[in-house]
Amino acid sequence: MSAAPGAKKPYGAMAPDVDRFAFTPENLEEAKRILARYPPGRQASAVLPLLHLAQAQHGGWLPKAALDYVAEFLGMAKIRVYEVASFYDMFNIEPVGRVQVRVCTTTPCWLCGSDAVLKAAREVLGCEPGESSPDGRFYLREFECLGACANAPVLWIDDDFYEDLTYERAKAVLEAVVRGERPEPGPQSGRKGSMPAGGKTTLLEVGE
Amino acid sequence: MPKLTIDGEIVEVPPGSTVLQACEAAGREIPVFCFHPRLNIAGNCRMCLVEVEKMPKPQASCALPAADGMVVHTDSPTVHRARKGVLELLLINHPLDCPICDQGGECDLQDLTLFYGPDKSRFKENKRPVADKYLGPLISTHMTRCIHCTRCIRFLNEIAGVEELGAVHRGEHMEITSWVEAALTSELQGNIIDLCPVGALNSKPYEYRARTWELKKTESVDVLDAVGSSIRIDSRGNEVMRILPRLHEEVNEEWLADKSRFAYDGLKKRRLDVPMLRKAGRLEPVDWKTVLAAVADRVRATDPSRIAFLVGDQVDCETMVLVKELAERLGTPHVECRQDGSPLGIRPRAQYLFNTTIAGIEQADVCLLVGTNPRWEAPLVNARIRKRWRRGGFTVGRIGVPFDLTYPVHDLGAGPATLEEVAHGWHSFAEKLAAAERPMLILGMGAIARPDGAAVLGLAHRLAESVRLLRPGWNGFNLLHTAAARVGGLELGLVPGPGGRDLAGILAGIERGEIELVFSIGVEEVDPKRLEKAFVVHLGTHGDRTAPIASAILPGAAYTEKNATWVNLEGRPQRGRLAVFPPGEAKEDWRILRALSEAVGRTVPLDTPAQVRARMAELAPQLGELDRIRPAEWGSFGRAGPVDPAPFRSPIEDYWRTCPISRASAVMAECSALAAARAREATGTHG
Ligand code: SF4
Ligand code: FES
Ligand code: FES
Repeated sequence: MSAAPGAKKPYGAMAPDVDRFAFTPENLEEAKRILARYPPGRQASAVLPLLHLAQAQHGGWLPKAALDYVAEFLGMAKIRVYEVASFYDMFNIEPVGRVQVRVCTTTPCWLCGSDAVLKAAREVLGCEPGESSPDGRFYLREFECLGACANAPVLWIDDDFYEDLTYERAKAVLEAVVRGERPEPGPQSGRKGSMPAGGKTTLLEVGE
Repeated sequence: MPKLTIDGEIVEVPPGSTVLQACEAAGREIPVFCFHPRLNIAGNCRMCLVEVEKMPKPQASCALPAADGMVVHTDSPTVHRARKGVLELLLINHPLDCPICDQGGECDLQDLTLFYGPDKSRFKENKRPVADKYLGPLISTHMTRCIHCTRCIRFLNEIAGVEELGAVHRGEHMEITSWVEAALTSELQGNIIDLCPVGALNSKPYEYRARTWELKKTESVDVLDAVGSSIRIDSRGNEVMRILPRLHEEVNEEWLADKSRFAYDGLKKRRLDVPMLRKAGRLEPVDWKTVLAAVADRVRATDPSRIAFLVGDQVDCETMVLVKELAERLGTPHVECRQDGSPLGIRPRAQYLFNTTIAGIEQADVCLLVGTNPRWEAPLVNARIRKRWRRGGFTVGRIGVPFDLTYPVHDLGAGPATLEEVAHGWHSFAEKLAAAERPMLILGMGAIARPDGAAVLGLAHRLAESVRLLRPGWNGFNLLHTAAARVGGLELGLVPGPGGRDLAGILAGIERGEIELVFSIGVEEVDPKRLEKAFVVHLGTHGDRTAPIASAILPGAAYTEKNATWVNLEGRPQRGRLAVFPPGEAKEDWRILRALSEAVGRTVPLDTPAQVRARMAELAPQLGELDRIRPAEWGSFGRAGPVDPAPFRSPIEDYWRTCPISRASAVMAECSALAAARAREATGTHG
């Protein structure tokens, strides 16, 4: 995922629907840089990064005008962009809260206690999965495997993963986010990355 | 060539074939939904499962390349179980509303379920609801019935060349839609109704009007453009209920353009159904005898040199034989079938034919379009060009006003000056044409139906010679007609005889009072103001442009109401068939002229269709055999002269309304209004 400029600012209500959309000058530069990665005639491949960019710019969801804009930008048929945006779960094509809170509930996370994480999220945000919080700031979702099963259960907030969660840890992270803070991402258990939970068992002779 | 064993029988298929094709070659029928021989393979419905030895699971035969030594079973218990399973799954979310579905009776899902499917459902849960989509005035949708074969998407992407339909969301939530409820713009969109294997996409004008099994099916040909597509007219009682394409590989393949498919409601509106005579300035209904007597009196009272015959765009060859015979008997040389004022002569024939043939486009490697917008003038010719382009190694150049043709086109220039450059070899495109193996030129009416047309035609001839459009076994010179009647008229020689006046001459003659009596045989594209001064006898079908200024009206039969011959732009004679009878007192056109000749006392001795056709074959032997093209002789045509710098413009600005039938059609009017609104939006000139 590309960086989401502006994502770390304090959050208000959900971004409004608009009939016109254009990249900000910084994002336009970024879009051009992304476009340059693809060979001529294959610019359509840039559709995913550009949609992420547009979504971040527009506060977490893609209005129709943004899809049209990206289509125009890449010289693609509009329906093709709509197909892509509606296919991937990471894109929201309806207004949602600016902060995206996703709880992984696939088997490994579920076995390690994702139900508790979901419970914490419901309580702290005050909404059900698939809904935005009453103040319109947060959007809560259940997600399928985020690919970090070794640190299950996992919570994904905007661009950051919070791992090794329990009910309390999840609650603490979310409450901090609600206060407008961003706790240090990664395992919340104190372990480093996905090293064994009980300390190193192999490669003992290699220095830290 | 791979050799396969299909149900114990050995077949050999060309390399690159699929197992499905191999099974078909072995005479096995494999049920399919998503597979279509003219579309890319999608392999998403799984209906075509077969068992291949050494493969652990049943295989989708449509997407499996045939390999040497494969042993395939299409009739084993596994295959039957697999088909049953696929159908059960497809039916899970299908509403099973066949009794109220338009597709009922011609539905692949219904048929295949009957043959291979389960007889009851084990699905107790709720079915998935899907909202219907708005796709415009031509196609209605029932999206709960969709089985996601994606044929409709692939057709529009690949064949029609407009990316307007897509599959949004995913898995169980997948839906087919246009970009947020926008009407489709393609002029070939009706074909997705035929392609849809279920009743998800239906014809909006035909919806809920009839059941398929109560329709009489008449095989005929279309006359709304000059392509001569093969059609099937479905009628009930004396009403045309719908029009569908019929397979003709060399002409329309299995497609049909939307005007030809949907304009039929225009056959039921504004019809001329009683003879009329103008009395004290008003047209009043009279009987046939009176009208013929009145016209005959007028003819007898008029000097033959002051009588002219003009022939319109949809007139059949039988009628034109009568026109020729009658004009000859009356002694007037002023006969003109080139209603658009083009300078085409009748010899050599090559100047007015699409010599490459429509199927021949697929052999060409370079193509130059001059003064034509094939997408509006002949959508299925354009679809062939696009088909050729998709195969690669094909360059298209254009001289004329740019227009999106659904494939890339090099714009060389807009007017005759560029054509001059290419013809003289000063333009680099001339080298491209000369270096090509099979170059072709498509000359549109927009280039020659103008005052300097003869000189433009001369330039085109010069170009043909200079880049050698004619090679052994290849004629790359093509004229793209827009009128179904034109080639027939030229074949029969309906051009001014010695001392005769052409269109401009006749119109000028009317102005100066030198032409007093004009027979308008289905003429609708000539400015009626210019005919007004003459006594106009109008033989036509609709109260369109000419009827209001006519002095006598002879109501004729539309193309669905007669057995008659038309010659398409390739020079292919084809027979249309009567599906319904003409309305009211209207009659077959040639019979009207025959009766008129008798009333005038100059009887044309042709009494039966067989006699008329025998005479037609005498006048133009090439029309003697149906559906056969006789290659045309080459020679010189056009003439040298000054050209006007004005750019070449297609004669068709509004695709949806080009003839009396389509102008009378409410469906076409809606399409036309939509297209106009879209154009306004695109150019930003609102209001
Ligand atoms: S609408 Fe018809 S043609 Fe299109 S995907 Fe659905 S079933 Fe197939
Ligand atoms: S299951 Fe949650 S990250 Fe894989
Ligand atoms: S026909 Fe083969 S998968 Fe649909």
